Amino acid sequence: MDFNDTPAEARFREEAATWLSSNVPTDDAFWALTPLEQARLWQKRKYDDGWACLGWAPEWGGRGASPIEEVIWRQEEAHYELPTNFFLIGQGMIAPTLMAWATADDKARYLPPLASGEEVWCQLFSEPAGGSDLAALRTRAEPDGDDWIINGQKIWTSGAHYADYGVIVVRTDPTLPKHKGLSYFYIDMRAPGVEVKPIKQLTGDADFNEVYFTDVRVSDRQRLGDVGQGWQVALTTLMNERAAIGGGIGKMDVDLAIAIAQDVELDGQPAIENAAVRTRIADWYVQEAGLKYTGYRSLTALSRGALPGPENSIGKLVGAPKMQAMASFLMDLLGASGAITDEALAAKAGIIQRAYMGAPGMRIAGGTDEIMANIIAERVLGLPQEPRLDKGIPFNEVPTG
Amino acid sequence: MNFEFSEEQHLLRDQARAFLAEFCPTDTVRAVLDSDNEWDRGLWQRVAEMGWTATVIPEAYGGLGLSHYELAILAEEMGRSVAPLPFSSSVYLASEAIVAFGSEGQKAEWLPKLASGECVGTVAMWERPGALTLEQLATRRLGDSISGVKSPVPDAGVADVVVVLAHSEAGLEACLVPMDQAGVQQQSVMTLDASRGHSTLTFDHAQAEVLGHSTIEQCAWERLIDGAAVMFAWEQLGIAESALIQARDYALQRFAFGRAIGSYQAIKHKLAAMYVKNTLARSNAYYGVWALAENSADLPLAAATARVAGIQAAAFAAEENIQTHGGMGFTWEFDCHFYYRRAKLLSLVIGSEAVWQDRLVSGLTHQPATAA
Repeated sequence: MDFNDTPAEARFREEAATWLSSNVPTDDAFWALTPLEQARLWQKRKYDDGWACLGWAPEWGGRGASPIEEVIWRQEEAHYELPTNFFLIGQGMIAPTLMAWATADDKARYLPPLASGEEVWCQLFSEPAGGSDLAALRTRAEPDGDDWIINGQKIWTSGAHYADYGVIVVRTDPTLPKHKGLSYFYIDMRAPGVEVKPIKQLTGDADFNEVYFTDVRVSDRQRLGDVGQGWQVALTTLMNERAAIGGGIGKMDVDLAIAIAQDVELDGQPAIENAAVRTRIADWYVQEAGLKYTGYRSLTALSRGALPGPENSIGKLVGAPKMQAMASFLMDLLGASGAITDEALAAKAGIIQRAYMGAPGMRIAGGTDEIMANIIAERVLGLPQEPRLDKGIPFNEVPTG
Repeated sequence: MNFEFSEEQHLLRDQARAFLAEFCPTDTVRAVLDSDNEWDRGLWQRVAEMGWTATVIPEAYGGLGLSHYELAILAEEMGRSVAPLPFSSSVYLASEAIVAFGSEGQKAEWLPKLASGECVGTVAMWERPGALTLEQLATRRLGDSISGVKSPVPDAGVADVVVVLAHSEAGLEACLVPMDQAGVQQQSVMTLDASRGHSTLTFDHAQAEVLGHSTIEQCAWERLIDGAAVMFAWEQLGIAESALIQARDYALQRFAFGRAIGSYQAIKHKLAAMYVKNTLARSNAYYGVWALAENSADLPLAAATARVAGIQAAAFAAEENIQTHGGMGFTWEFDCHFYYRRAKLLSLVIGSEAVWQDRLVSGLTHQPATAA
């Protein structure tokens, strides 16, 4: 075993690092731009030089890079503080769906501006009545000549307030069982009848939106997959979700925990000397290192041209609760001052408190802890699904509570 | 990035797993557990014929001179099959101690016999309840004789030679003590895992030779224990994997309220939690064996991380496997208790969880670690 690149990987890394070193925008270039404008500037610069969406085919703006090359690029890009989150959902989840299901014309029209950051996409799946049970969604589309008329409501839509386009799953036949009556469209977010309302989260921020549809007219040409095939198309999007979600909030890791535990006192000595503190930190390190080395195993598979195993499915299930538990514990160590969020006064400029407040969202987004455990149990361990009371029943006869 | 075993090493795993499935089914474990035997001597001979006892012993002393990657693979399979063998005592501890500290003559005398499996070795550390404190050992070596009481000593009832941790006026020493002599009294003691023998050893002016004819630094002893910790982590991982597979299989076939219990989220989430801990333990064990095989300065941290992860994964899987089985899991007839016993036994053998959590944090903060 070794942690070195192959000669070809090392050459690629060198090339990426060299390009980055002379092309990352200066603070001056970002000055006075909104975060989205900064992100667009950076994305366009990458696109122009062939460093955007590396794995995509060249005609769509990529360079046909291998998965390991994409990882190497991300590692090198991560050495800089750059805005990339705006395009994660579009490039990470929606683009693979377009590649699999859209017409050649649509791919040529929509993929290049998605790669360049000129057009931003959002994903309109979740509804008030359909979260973990996503296929229970009720937004409906009814045919009207060559068009469809959409009415209903979506929720938890990241970026809907700045997105140009969105993909949406709707119910086209409520008399069929749940999964069978769905269809999948892409829509213009500025079409008449689309109304975006930000949701104020418990953090006080508003990263998500409610999106209301009132008689929104969509051409049948904007349908991906057959009528009634929407669930299958949605699965293409969702399969790429765990890759697109993640990251974290600030730098909540064991290094930070040790720094705090060395700074504050417990029983008249640095908290790091306390056995109970050491036990907790050790357990988190086991999780943190375990995830890191699990990632190395997956990278090895990619480097060999193989698919990573199912071990990656543990990442969010371990990482999100760990972030919450660590943040809570570190605030405890700080005592009453642990409550202070004022950046000027709080330890580590408040990232512990922000992590604690953001953690509940991390444990829910992209599949709750419970759904993630179900996925591991069913897809990795081969355990059967729970019996479903709505199975095979027309959707409009399913009890709704 | 090459953080994976080689093709040859994967083949060794397949071979070891098939071999132990044939020659060490759980009936073998049960037979030792049900009898007064402290091991399965026939299985030991077969394992020795496969060369497993010789794995990391240098070729100059009759070993195969392979790496710890190969030994890690075998350790996992030993755990997976709950083998009733003194493998860890003889291979990870006694042989490694002689390789690390022995003089040329001592290596030439003992390593070929340990490599061939003709002799079994073990290490005697513990003297009293509580964490081991190297400064407080009561066993004393004076001249060529050693006196003291060590308990429990794993596999001492079947061992030919014991490496005894002791003090002389000069300091900490590892002493070679042949078992076959009047000055050594061996008394078998019952432990919670009777598929492995344990003893109290009383040394009364027993003949002893100091390994390497000199004292050893505490950090050198800790280096040896770090190496063993990595191997125990792999063995614990094997136990955890077996317990998870047994729980999964039972959850698929056992029905309650008209459906497989494995379809209830209460059971699914329990088994998913086992999978998560096992995956973390495996990835940490990878890093541990890398640090050991490559003699990395990261070894103390890597070994402690692997050890803590291995302890936690094996204990959780073994405990929750019984729970998944319900009442049947609490019977002698079902095999669940094999994993439960062995998981706990191995968590105690070279220092328990809290000790290794402490060493882990010492590794992170670069403080000198305390002893096992």
